[in-house]
Amino acid sequence: MNTRSLTASSILNGIAALAVLIALYLALVYAPPAANLVGAAQIAQRIFYFHVPSAWVGFLAFFVTFVGSIACLWKGGRQWDVLALSSVEIGLIFTTMVVFTGPLWAKPTWGVWWVWSDPKLSTVAVLWLIYFAYLMLRNTVEDEARRARLAAVLGIVGFLDVPIVFGAVRWWGQGVAHPIVFGTGGLSDSPRMLITFLFCLGTFTLLYVVLLIQRVRLEGMRHEVEWLKSHITDHE
Amino acid sequence: MIGFLRKVLAIVHKDIIAELRTKEMFSSMFVFALLVIVIFNFAFELRVANFKQVAPGVLWVTFTFAGMLGLNRSFILEKDKGCLEGLLLAPVDRSAIYFGKMLGNLIFMSVVEVIVLPIFWVLFNPPLFSPALILIIVLGTLGFAGVGTLFSAIAVHTRAREVMLPILLFPIVVPLMIAAVKITGGLLDGQPLSEMRNWLNLLVGFDIIFVTVSYMTFDYVVEE
Repeated sequence: MNTRSLTASSILNGIAALAVLIALYLALVYAPPAANLVGAAQIAQRIFYFHVPSAWVGFLAFFVTFVGSIACLWKGGRQWDVLALSSVEIGLIFTTMVVFTGPLWAKPTWGVWWVWSDPKLSTVAVLWLIYFAYLMLRNTVEDEARRARLAAVLGIVGFLDVPIVFGAVRWWGQGVAHPIVFGTGGLSDSPRMLITFLFCLGTFTLLYVVLLIQRVRLEGMRHEVEWLKSHITDHE
Repeated sequence: MIGFLRKVLAIVHKDIIAELRTKEMFSSMFVFALLVIVIFNFAFELRVANFKQVAPGVLWVTFTFAGMLGLNRSFILEKDKGCLEGLLLAPVDRSAIYFGKMLGNLIFMSVVEVIVLPIFWVLFNPPLFSPALILIIVLGTLGFAGVGTLFSAIAVHTRAREVMLPILLFPIVVPLMIAAVKITGGLLDGQPLSEMRNWLNLLVGFDIIFVTVSYMTFDYVVEE
């Protein structure tokens, strides 16, 4: 880890932090209130600017885990396993945010905290459970090589399951309960909303990348410490 | 091809003979399934207005829980007695082990289902019986055993063992459950299978995709 890469990542961290602050301002102040909503639902609509980017990051993180898992099994090497693990941890955080902010928006808007008939909700719930199972699995296996392999298999199978869950619930549900935001009548009608949303999307993606870099680096340091520890005890 | 099939059947044969001697797994699966149905009976009958509506759900939850027992045991027995190492040392393709185990699990689950189904019929008294129900049960069990065999192989290598399998398996089989319960409900209501083509496609698609993925990744799970 040289100083140049340290400085580069510090700068990136700073940019991400600034972006989050700007995103907060944009979402809460700059974006105009939704014209077709009233009262609590109108205020709650602003959750959308953080809710949807979180969901996007959740899926992106899982995709990165999927790629990392395949590479781990196919090519081997610790770095792929580290990538998969780090991505799952961060993805779980963002998915938790989705599951948290969703009902906060849903209660004033739909009147209920949760419905199972909407494919997006069920898919995110299953995604969360698979993420969690992944971390639990890793906790219960001691041998490092075996842990990487088993986790990689779960990463692959789990990722393939997610679109199937989405399809299944879409056929099952009574249509989509989420409002249609993209396209005419939605974001494209209000440039300020569109800017806010796109900025938040970029911010969250940047946040994900920054956290991923930190986590991967942390894992590398942990590995180094363990190696050093084992070598010190060897010499005694 | 024939050689492969014979190896698969050899593993299935071993599992069946071992089970016939003790009847341990089968009896526990059967009793558990019975208990689950009875408990659901009491849990729902006292409160739910239209009791028949929950019938498909209860049936599949019963199959799932009993199946879980069977899946757990099949690999735990192997690991504990050192059979797994023996199988790995034998000159068999690892995928033969997977298919052999999966077929064994499928057979055990099917036997339990064959006995549970008449009991379910007596307790819930659905209006009519459709032969397509058998097909759906087979397809659902196939998907369940397909992924379940892979995950029980994973679970047996962890510290938590039996507890790990439901945690891993349940989220993954959610679409299978949805499709199976949906079709079962439709069939019990009298709908022809052709009207539920969507769901049937989902069921078959799930089976194909996940049996394939399981067979491809099984090698990485069991290798030492």
